[in-house]
Amino acid sequence: MSVSTAFEKARADGRAALIGYLPAGYPDVDGSIEALKAMVAAGCDVIEVGLAYSDPVMDGPVIQAAVQHALEGGVRTDDVFRVVEAVAATGTPTLVMTSWNPVERHGVERFAQRLHDAGGAGLITPDVTPEVVPEWIAAADARDLDKVFLVAPSSTDERIAMTTSNCRGFVYATGIMGVTGTTQATAAGVAPLIARTRLTTQLPIGVGVGVSTGAQAAELSEHVDGVIVGTAFVRALDSGLPALTALTEELAAGVRRA
Amino acid sequence: MTTHLHAPTPYDADARGWFGGPEGFGGRFMPEALVAALDELTVAWQDAMADPAFLAEFDAILRDYAGVPSSLYFAERLSDKVGARILLKREDLNHTGAHKIRNVLGQALLTKRMGKTRVIAETGAGQHGVASATAAAYFGLDCTVYMGSVDTKRQALNVARMHLLGAKVVAVDSGSATLKDAINEALRDWVSSVDHTAYLFGTAAGPHPFPTMVREFCRGIGDEARAQVLEQYGALPDAIVACVGGGSNAIGLFTAFLEDEDVAIYGFEAGGDGFETGRHAATIHAGERGVLHGARTFVLQDEDGQTVESHSISAGLDYPGVGPQHSYLADIGRATYEPVTDAEAMDAMALLARTEGIIPAIESAHALAGALRLAEGRQGQTILVNLSGRGDKDMGTALEYFHLGEADAETGDVE
Repeated sequence: MSVSTAFEKARADGRAALIGYLPAGYPDVDGSIEALKAMVAAGCDVIEVGLAYSDPVMDGPVIQAAVQHALEGGVRTDDVFRVVEAVAATGTPTLVMTSWNPVERHGVERFAQRLHDAGGAGLITPDVTPEVVPEWIAAADARDLDKVFLVAPSSTDERIAMTTSNCRGFVYATGIMGVTGTTQATAAGVAPLIARTRLTTQLPIGVGVGVSTGAQAAELSEHVDGVIVGTAFVRALDSGLPALTALTEELAAGVRRA
Repeated sequence: MTTHLHAPTPYDADARGWFGGPEGFGGRFMPEALVAALDELTVAWQDAMADPAFLAEFDAILRDYAGVPSSLYFAERLSDKVGARILLKREDLNHTGAHKIRNVLGQALLTKRMGKTRVIAETGAGQHGVASATAAAYFGLDCTVYMGSVDTKRQALNVARMHLLGAKVVAVDSGSATLKDAINEALRDWVSSVDHTAYLFGTAAGPHPFPTMVREFCRGIGDEARAQVLEQYGALPDAIVACVGGGSNAIGLFTAFLEDEDVAIYGFEAGGDGFETGRHAATIHAGERGVLHGARTFVLQDEDGQTVESHSISAGLDYPGVGPQHSYLADIGRATYEPVTDAEAMDAMALLARTEGIIPAIESAHALAGALRLAEGRQGQTILVNLSGRGDKDMGTALEYFHLGEADAETGDVE
C-alpha cells in the first residue's frame, strides 16, 4: 500500500496529508502500537514507525532520548515489523524510518521482504542518499515499496533531480538545516526548496524537521502536499494518550485550514 | 619533508571514497544536508593540495610551530632487553604532545582558505581536542569541542587545556558518553552550522573525503620515518607498528610503506579486559562490516546493527569503529591487526618509562606492547614503532592503575 493513495485522498479533499512519527518501542512495543493507533484515529494520514538506532545523526535530543529508551527497553528489529503490521492493519499507509546500518545489518533483501510481508508501504532513510544504496532501490522496486529520500536546503538542483528520480511515494523535504525538534520551519524558509523540488518531480512533497504546531501545519499546507511531525508527538506522548490525541487533532485541523 | 599530492596507489580510495570499490569499505553514508559541504570540502582540499603556496605554508607551520619532523630514536636499552632493534618515531615530541597536531593544522589551514570562521571537533582522550583548540587559537578561529562526559572526567587535564586555549568544551551525555557519542553530537552541530563551520575530524574515519584527507595530513609520519630509517640504518625496517583506534597515526605511518612488500605492517587495537571478556575495542579483530559515522567499515555491533559499546583503559582507542582504509588493508591481508589488553599496554608503558625515560601515551603503549610481542619472533630484526603521543595526559590513569604514591602495605615504602 503506497503512501501515494493517502496523498491522493488528501489532495482530493483540498488539503495536505498529515504524517506522524513515533519510534517503535517507545514507551514499549505495545505502548507504541497503542499510541500510533491513537494517532491514526485522530487524523494521521500516514504513519512513520521509527526503528531505533544507537548512533543517530539526524535526530534531535527529544527523539534521541526516546530512541535510547526504546533500545534500553530491549526493542529489536523484529518488534518493528510487528508494529508495522499492527498499524498497517488499520488501513493507514505505514513507513519505516531509520538510519541505514540496521537495514544493512538485517540484510537489505530480507528487510525489504519482511517490510513487504508486514504490509509496510516503504522506508525513509534520512542518513543515506540514493547513490550509495543501489541494493535498497533494487529490493524496493522488486516489491513496489516506497523509497523516500530527503532533499535539503543545501542540495544543488542537480542533486535534487537525482534524488527525486529515485523516490517513490513522496519526497521528504527538510524544512530547516538542522536536526529534528530544534528550530521551527516556516513556509517562507522552506518555499525555495519546495519550488526547486517541484521542478523535478510530480511526486508529492512532504516537509519535516522543524514542524510542531497546528498553526505551522496550516501555514506549510499552502505550499506542500504533506506535513511531517515527529518530536512534538514524542513530547505529547510523554504526557499520555489524551495529549497525543489532542495534538494529532490540532495538526489534522491545521492541514485542513489552508 | 615536503607535502604534496601523491600519485595514486592501488591502496587508495577511488573518487567516491571507496577502498576496494563499492563492495569494499569507505564511501559516504551521510544525510543529504551534509553532501554539499562534503563536496565543497573535497574540492577545496584537492585544490589546496595542488597549490604549492598552500603546501609551503603547511610545511612551514609544521616545521616552525609543531616541531616536525619528529626524530627517529633507537631505544637501545629496551632493544637489549627484548632482542630486537626497536626504533621509536617520536611523535610525542610534537607541539601538543601527539601526532594529532599534523592533521588539525592541515584542516585548520584549509578552513581558513575556505573562508569559514568556526571549527568543531570531537575528542576521546582529548589530544585531538587540544590540538584543535591549539590550531583554532593559532589561526584565530572560534572552536567548540564535543567530548563524552565519561571522557571529560578521565581526561580532566586536557579539558582544562582546551579551556585555557579558548575553546568551548561540550560534555555529551548520550549513549555511552564516549568518543562515538561525541562524533554524533558534532555531526548534529555540523548539520545546523555547515555554512560557516568546518568539522575538524579527528581520525582517518568518517565519510569521504575525511579518511583520505586526514591520512594525507598525517602521512608525514611515515614519509619522514621511511627516509630517516634509510638514512640512519641503510635499510627499511622488518616491521612497522602503530596503535589503532580510529587509526590516524597508524595510517599516517603505514602509507609510506604500503608498497614495500617486505615490510610487515601491524596495527594493535585495544583489547581492554581481554578479547574473551567482550569488554574491548578490538574493532577489526572482532567487528562485522557495517556503517558507522558515514563509512562502511568494521564495527562492533549486535545482530540488529546497534553499536556495541567499546572498552579500553585508553580513551583515545575506545571507539567501536575504525577508519575504512584499515578495514580494507585487513581484508586484503596487507596489514595485520591484533588486540593488546589494558594490562599489556600498562606494562609496556612502565617498561619504556624505566628503560628509556620516556612516558608514552597509553594509546602508544598499545603499539609498544604489540612490538614487544612481535620481538619474540623477530630476534635481531628492526621494528619501527610509532610513539604517537606522550603520557602526561594519562598520569591520572597511571596513578590509579599502578597505585603510585601509595605506601606499600608490608614495607611502608612509598612507590
